[in-house]
Amino acid sequence: MSPFEQTGSAADFDRPRLQADGSVLARGALATAAWTAVAASVTLLANKKIGFAEPLYVGETNAGFIGWAVLLALATAVGALWPPLGRRLVRAAPWLVVLALFVGIWDLLTAKLGLLPVPFFAPPSALVEVYAEDWPRLGESVLHSLRLLALGFLFGAAAGFVTGVAIGWSRGLGYWVHPVLRFLGPIPSTALLPMAFFFFPSSFSAAIFLIALATWFPVTVLTWSGVASVDKAYYDVARTLGAGRSFLIFKVAIPAALPHVFVGLFMGLGASFSVLVAAEMMGVKSGLGYYLQWAQGWAAYANMYGALIVMALIFSGLITLLFALRDRLLGWQKDVVKW
Amino acid sequence: MVAAQTLVQAGAGAPPPGADVSIAGVSHAFDLDGRPLPVLDDIDLAIAAGEFVALLGPSGCGKSTLLRLVAGLEQPSQGKIAAAGAEITTPDPSRVVVFQDPTLYPWRTVWRNVALGLEARGLLASRKGRVDDALKTVGLAGFERAFPRQLSGGMAQRAALARALVNDPSVLILDEPLGKLDSLTRIAMQTEIVELWRQRGFTALLVTHDVEEAFFLAQRVIVLSERPARIKAEIVNDLPYPRHRGDPRLAELRGQALAHLGLDASW
Repeated sequence: MSPFEQTGSAADFDRPRLQADGSVLARGALATAAWTAVAASVTLLANKKIGFAEPLYVGETNAGFIGWAVLLALATAVGALWPPLGRRLVRAAPWLVVLALFVGIWDLLTAKLGLLPVPFFAPPSALVEVYAEDWPRLGESVLHSLRLLALGFLFGAAAGFVTGVAIGWSRGLGYWVHPVLRFLGPIPSTALLPMAFFFFPSSFSAAIFLIALATWFPVTVLTWSGVASVDKAYYDVARTLGAGRSFLIFKVAIPAALPHVFVGLFMGLGASFSVLVAAEMMGVKSGLGYYLQWAQGWAAYANMYGALIVMALIFSGLITLLFALRDRLLGWQKDVVKW
Repeated sequence: MVAAQTLVQAGAGAPPPGADVSIAGVSHAFDLDGRPLPVLDDIDLAIAAGEFVALLGPSGCGKSTLLRLVAGLEQPSQGKIAAAGAEITTPDPSRVVVFQDPTLYPWRTVWRNVALGLEARGLLASRKGRVDDALKTVGLAGFERAFPRQLSGGMAQRAALARALVNDPSVLILDEPLGKLDSLTRIAMQTEIVELWRQRGFTALLVTHDVEEAFFLAQRVIVLSERPARIKAEIVNDLPYPRHRGDPRLAELRGQALAHLGLDASW
């Protein structure tokens, strides 16, 4: 091993195998106990009768809780012998206990005691009902949202990258583009929604334009400042080694600016989420934002929570994906932005 | 190319690949908020092909500016600089600079940093072996896939030296290349630079403010004044190589140089 390979971390440390790990057993048992208590309370206590319709999927929800408790017990047993799973379980155990408390209290306050105002707070079984009954519509909404987001974000990011490199490199272009950037960039894209719906042939293309605009601004600004802040010595080095103009742009300026570009993409992605949802709520008749609006209109609050959870998972997943891409491309860089 | 280099390394009487450099009446000024700030004042200097010349002067006197002019990174306000008879107007890979900071590209591995010059000129595919040779020469074999942040200061500067050598420069411009290294690494690398110069025969132009370094390395030491820099004295050091740091003649020459710089009170 060469001296500079000091990348090993504590997580890579292997414990001796096939020896039950006490800390995994203790913490796993705690998590299992918490969820067993939830399963017991959900199954054994009687539901309070609310409204006229019999709640659906109660038995299935209860079975799900029991299954989850059994799964945790199994994971504890396996994790005690198999360190990779054990480490994850030990790390997750405090969260598992807190989540069990949350779900237990939630079920008590809604299904069992009926203490929370009824249409606004749904019991866990109602959420199961949403996913079981309405998944085709929810899935279709997800696909529509993703298509809109992908088109808008990719256009905006590409345009922002090109604009940023261009004005970072050429002062003449910067003279013309910079004022436009400063004037148009800070307008929240959502403020342009009504106008865009008016000017564009379809609400779909209007939404793509606005999502692209929202992404374009931070990507442009950060790419531009990335290119402008490249150490001048990097250019000197390349020039004395015989580099031409395109080498200076593509092999020096752009790679050196990539960490900034990435921060711009991160900010642009966040902005694109909010424009996406606002556009779907205001004019585009599909997607998760439309689903939320629809659910609220029908007082189907369980559907709204269900869609919000899906939205959180997808947006969070997309940011994780972006960071994974960063780690591949910018492995040389020490982590600057954490996710 | 490889064959020629082997010949030089074997010392088989091949002509030195160094180029002569002539600096004639060069003055240079920076524009500082509209006022000219003179940094070089009428410098005349002729450097023979294959010679090792050191420029010695107080910090901020403009010696690094002179190197940037020789490298072709800037044009002198007045006067002419030529290498091998041709006037210098642009940077050229035959005149490579090793800067005080290694300025390796942090996103490239050591190997790809060293390959930079060949890649920029589109020669990389045909001369991959030269990169490995250069890394071996500076003692970095085995570090090809390391990233610059994983290197110590001395290793990074060795990589920068390899990045220069890969291009077979006829003039190697050294801008205080050892200025930021610890003294033990500096001593080791001084010896290595002399060895490289003797093997390869390039013309070496070194800027330093280390008096001992100047005389240990160079055949001729040019003492510059405070800014704007003028040539104050020229001290020839004809000691044969390999030199010994404890040589009384080196101490004597150092005393002379310090006297020119007005720093001989403590000598």
